[in-house]
Amino acid sequence: MEKNKVVKVALVGNPNTGKTSLFNQLTGLNQQVGNYPGITVDKKQGKCKISENLSAEITDLPGTYSINPSTLDETIVLETLLNKNNSSFPDLVVVVAEVENLKRNLLLFSQIKDLQIPTILVINMKDQMQRKGISIDIIKLKEELKSEIILISARKKLGIEDLKGELVNYKNWDTSTIANISDRIDATFFKNLKKEFSGFSLYKSWLLITQKNYCSFLSEAQLNKINKFTSDEALINKYQHKETIYRYQKINEILKKTYIVDKTKATDFRSKLDRILTHKIFGYVIFAFVLLLIFQSIFAWATFPMELIDGFFAKLAVVTNNNLPEGTFSNLISEGVIPGIGGVLIFIPQITILFIFISILEETGYMSRVVFLMDKIMRQFGMGGKSIIPLISGTACAIPAIMASRNISSWRERLITILVIPFTTCSARLPVYTILISIIIPQKYVLGIFNLQGLTLMGLYFLGFTAAILSAVLLNFVLKVKHKSLFAIEMPNYKLPSVKNIFYTVVEKVKAFIYGAGTIILAISIVLWFLASNGLHNFKNAEQIVTEQTSNQTISKEEIHKKIASYKLENSYIGMMGKTIEPVIKPMGYDWKIGIALISSFAAREVFVGALATIYNVESDSTTTTTIKQRMDSEINPITGEKRFNFATGVSLLLFYAFAMQCMGTLAIVKRETKTWKWPILQLTGMSTLAYIISVLSYTFLH
Amino acid sequence: MGDTIASLRIGECGVIENFSLDAIPLKLLEMGCLPGQVVKLEQVAPFKDPLYISVNGSYLAIRIETANKINITKL
Repeated sequence: MEKNKVVKVALVGNPNTGKTSLFNQLTGLNQQVGNYPGITVDKKQGKCKISENLSAEITDLPGTYSINPSTLDETIVLETLLNKNNSSFPDLVVVVAEVENLKRNLLLFSQIKDLQIPTILVINMKDQMQRKGISIDIIKLKEELKSEIILISARKKLGIEDLKGELVNYKNWDTSTIANISDRIDATFFKNLKKEFSGFSLYKSWLLITQKNYCSFLSEAQLNKINKFTSDEALINKYQHKETIYRYQKINEILKKTYIVDKTKATDFRSKLDRILTHKIFGYVIFAFVLLLIFQSIFAWATFPMELIDGFFAKLAVVTNNNLPEGTFSNLISEGVIPGIGGVLIFIPQITILFIFISILEETGYMSRVVFLMDKIMRQFGMGGKSIIPLISGTACAIPAIMASRNISSWRERLITILVIPFTTCSARLPVYTILISIIIPQKYVLGIFNLQGLTLMGLYFLGFTAAILSAVLLNFVLKVKHKSLFAIEMPNYKLPSVKNIFYTVVEKVKAFIYGAGTIILAISIVLWFLASNGLHNFKNAEQIVTEQTSNQTISKEEIHKKIASYKLENSYIGMMGKTIEPVIKPMGYDWKIGIALISSFAAREVFVGALATIYNVESDSTTTTTIKQRMDSEINPITGEKRFNFATGVSLLLFYAFAMQCMGTLAIVKRETKTWKWPILQLTGMSTLAYIISVLSYTFLH
Repeated sequence: MGDTIASLRIGECGVIENFSLDAIPLKLLEMGCLPGQVVKLEQVAPFKDPLYISVNGSYLAIRIETANKINITKL
């Protein structure tokens, strides 16, 4: 054998079989997530050394019950296994099955085996066999299935070396078929099929006929040939049903000879737990409690690390600024790049905590129970039970939330979910809400116990959810997208979560956030920095102009510095932009300075506070202890002589931030997930128009 | 006569009858919902939708519209 040969291995299996655990065991941190060309489903790949001079490139294909796809994820399995030109077309396939659901798992195995690619069966959770009273005659089963079988326990690391040892021999594996589909369904039909498509295995030709709409790699000529052979959908459908029934019969025959379950050993742990967790009342109470716990943790535990990150980057900016020679480059680094990176990293604690919780809920099997409980309710709003996970995630950040919508099999339900997620109150809105509320809402108590400011914040959260639900109802009414898909979810066994799996999931999500959203936030921060620190004639000569203007006044050097800084800002590109949009935002009760903050916060909402801080240049003022809040509070509207941030303007701003779509990262991720600019543009225009109208109305009404 | 999975009560079982092939989605068949198999209603969500069933070793949740289409003989 030549040295350092690489074989391509595809991992296939039903969901909840421990396929991902096996993948993590084989590859460790040696994995990466890429994209399949043209589609948005993540492709998980990893490398693993299986012998002295043979290593494997392993692709973890999405979990599926059958090779016939019903969700976007499952299409990948079909594409990868049928298209020889696909870059991940495997040299061998590892089918992962679980010992308890072997029968159903063997359906998928029999389909893949019939493709006549070298295939091995891995039966996971062998450590559970004794407890569950299951015994398998492996030798006999090998013979019946005409393939190698390895028993493993992915979580307990049992059998992994045996598997590697067997993979080396893949060229000697039996590649004959298990189910002889032709005789049992329609001998003549399949005989003709075989004659017509002589280059392929019979089952592959059959799949090309049944799944032609999912095989994007087929050429026009091939499609024509298939359609010429038969386009009788009813007949195809009938034969597919017959094929499945036949496969199950065959599997039953085999298992009768090889698989014994001692029913007396069965425990009813599962049904006991189900009776509580899916109970009509307790089920919802428990779910509400779990939600409360998640929210509490996100806000309580994340605050400290977020402050650390914030403080670190603020200090880093100062240190860099002091140590680099003065100039544009130094400014770019300390005022553009460093705050930009800080603005990305600050979200990591919340995202990490959120995904630790979500992956625990998924690993234990509880999430399926939540989907079961919430399905009917969510359907009233055009979504489904599976929409609940993305909506919860949205309170941390819309970006991972939108990515979490992928396992919703109905495209319609998924699209509505994606479109309404940005209404939920994400953590980036919090700093804006906090400061505005503290200015316009008095620190009073209602009924003696409820803090009025706290109530307002809660009201804004509620407003966000209501907006999401109402817009879902509206979309449900208007959207023409039709996609009938079956709702059938498996209720997996309860399991203890594996720390390893949770760790890898969290790492994967955080990485995806940094690369996906992070790069955009960083880029926008740099653009904003440029726009704020450059301008035309007046900007360049700011120092001279201000000095001339103030020459007959007696003011301190510091005051002059501040005046220069504000004059510069007013005449920078972004100041010019703020002034340009002033007529438009006036009906909302804003001036050009708030306008700058609005434009800046288009990249990310939390920039609002920082931008106002820059504008009122509080940070450069080191002698007095004016905070940004005090400075905002004392800002006067020159026309009316009233406070700039009075009640009407404050409410108008709060409502604007509640409804407006001000997040480049979200728009980019929606584009990626929906594959068209149509939906992000709809979100941007729809949400911003709504926000504008509501702000204008509230200001006019309150003013 | 005319019983479907939707007419089971919690804890009751039935045998799936031969169904007209195009009424049932292929995916349900593939998940183990086959004629001749015993199906048990494990649990229902409020308003009896979705239904949580066990059949052929699989535990599934299906919506009532699907359950209505699968004829059974009660045991």
